[in-house]
Amino acid sequence: MAKLRIEDLKKIKESVKGTVNLRDGNFRVKVTVHMGTCGIAAGAREIMSALLKEIETRGLQDVILTSSGCAGLCSHEPMITVEVKESAPVKYVRLDVEKTGEIFEQHIMNGTPVAAYALSMGSETTY
Amino acid sequence: MEDLSLHILDLVENSTAAGATLIEVSIKADVKTDMLMIRIKDNGRGMDPEMASRVQDPFVTTRTTRRVGMGLPLLEQSAREAEGQFELHSRPGEGTLVQATFGYSHIDRKPLGDIASTMVALILGNPEVDFVFERDSDGIHAQLDTREIKEQLGEIPITHPAVLEQLRPMLNGSAEQEPPANAEGGG
Repeated sequence: MAKLRIEDLKKIKESVKGTVNLRDGNFRVKVTVHMGTCGIAAGAREIMSALLKEIETRGLQDVILTSSGCAGLCSHEPMITVEVKESAPVKYVRLDVEKTGEIFEQHIMNGTPVAAYALSMGSETTY
Repeated sequence: MEDLSLHILDLVENSTAAGATLIEVSIKADVKTDMLMIRIKDNGRGMDPEMASRVQDPFVTTRTTRRVGMGLPLLEQSAREAEGQFELHSRPGEGTLVQATFGYSHIDRKPLGDIASTMVALILGNPEVDFVFERDSDGIHAQLDTREIKEQLGEIPITHPAVLEQLRPMLNGSAEQEPPANAEGGG
């Protein structure tokens, strides 16, 4: 059984050959899912699965997905950090799959952060 | 944690934080003794006896050592609720072994949950770490060794979304009662 699946893997390898151009640092957007105990208990794995599905179905090559530990804001979990190159990173808090879909469309695809779900935006002003 | 697969995700994140490069996850059910066993073995930096006893107490955690926290106590609680046991063996420089058992048919035993999503999340988040996964429970046999997968893939990263989706059926395994491949052979 396992051997058969490895054959399937070879087919995948053939089909993605040439489309893989990702090397370290060569990406447009990096998304980090916070996966501490707090994040996991709050639903971080579903958020990660949803993001992975979006990247796969859209066939994106310039968005990378990774995980990190607790960010110290446990009551705000699940959280993700979206880093669009050349832009300030944005932390999104108290997410669900639906909100994550909106963030994917608006921020990751179109570059416009979704203020409603962000922890905070920009730096402080005094005026 | 809602199910055991989330406990596994949480515990293995500890292993990766401890610098492990090889992590073995095994899930085994023994119907005769009515026991479900989850075992996570890593080759991370390990802990001395003092640290190993501290991590089992949720409230002596220091924020700088994210290696420790609520994760292990929560697993221990889940094991005890299902009349199981929790064991932790660790040695500095040698790695850590966490083993939890549960009464398989105990009413308070949490379901295993989506183990494939747990392993996919771990592989995706820690591409440089190798995982050996084995499941033999609920009539399902599954095994996966990322070292073999990586060898097959060559230069294609294991984190490629198409590859990860392909790993799911391997992780979900085959049911015991699989129909013969040529059942409709007929000739």
